Amino acid sequence: MSLDPRVNRLKLGDPGAVIKVEEGENWNVYEVFHQEKRGAHHEHVGCVHAPDPQLALIFAKEQFARRKKCVNLWVVKSADILAFDVEDEDMFANNLEKTYRDASGFKVMEKINKFKQSSKGTTDVK
Amino acid sequence: MLNNAITDLLTKMADDELIMGHRNSEWTGLGPVMEEDIAFSSMAQDKIGHSWALYRIIEENLGGSQADIFAFCRPENEYKCCHLVEYPNAGYDFSLMRHFLFDQAEAVRYESMLESSFEPLQQLSRKVKGELKYHTLHANAWVMQLSKAGEESYDRMQTALNEIIALAAGIFEPGKANEQVLIDAKVYPGEKELYSRWLDRIYPVLVKASLNLPPLESITPAYGGRTGQHTPYLAPLLKEMGEVFNLDTAANW
Repeated sequence: MSLDPRVNRLKLGDPGAVIKVEEGENWNVYEVFHQEKRGAHHEHVGCVHAPDPQLALIFAKEQFARRKKCVNLWVVKSADILAFDVEDEDMFANNLEKTYRDASGFKVMEKINKFKQSSKGTTDVK
Repeated sequence: MLNNAITDLLTKMADDELIMGHRNSEWTGLGPVMEEDIAFSSMAQDKIGHSWALYRIIEENLGGSQADIFAFCRPENEYKCCHLVEYPNAGYDFSLMRHFLFDQAEAVRYESMLESSFEPLQQLSRKVKGELKYHTLHANAWVMQLSKAGEESYDRMQTALNEIIALAAGIFEPGKANEQVLIDAKVYPGEKELYSRWLDRIYPVLVKASLNLPPLESITPAYGGRTGQHTPYLAPLLKEMGEVFNLDTAANW
């Protein structure tokens, strides 16, 4: 027993007792992904707390899709997302030095424009 | 004759939506978790939006008075809402069960009006279809969730259902002569038909949630609201709801 009434109010019980968590008692965090139009990528917009995926989706709808245009939502339990550790950031460190891998070096626009010019009027390209 | 009957029907629907929306909005800021607070408040706003749309139809198509005046300035006995929507919020169990029973009834009613011979009602039904789909999805999910979240939670949902069922049945109070006129004119299929469609809709959800629908022969539906006889809870609600509007009914907002 603590002498502090605030601690006693918490009803922590016997420190040795096993804590039993009822099913649904602890809510999970779900990441929410928003799709603005059909065929577009789902974009991460935030998260909601919910007891199950169904309610997560229901909450996400009002939380993230009540104003902006939206056609669909995904929810994924945050715990199910696999990510690198923060210390592993060094794996990406040299990315900026590998600009030779960028596609921007290829000069193709000229060819594309030329092709567009030549095909204009001959076929009905939609 | 027909127009009077339609006005009567729309007033009942609109008053239900306005009072339900107002009641549910009383949870804003007090909801059990933030996500639910947002969802429930947003749906309460939808309800008030539906009532506004119905009042506008009365005003524009049926020669009624201006929507805001009609919504806020009638004496209590001219409101035609059912008793279900008037009851003050008790616990969240009560509000969720009411939300479930009311919104399923609302969905059934609007769906039946997708084929209404009264064009503006048909249009409105198409417009609110998606919103009601969400409202009922939300209600169903919560009923399922709380009925399966342990003994206390289950008991509270069952108790709420037992307490509310007679009030909810009062939504479908017979509309006497007017109702027959509306059925004959194919404006909507009538209260008796909607009541049975509503039961078909709520029953499977209750079964899935292992909740027992009280025997319907044993309940006395709470009628009276449709003819202006209300519970003592309506008058204080109207006073509070119209408090700002009635300071100056002609003010421009």
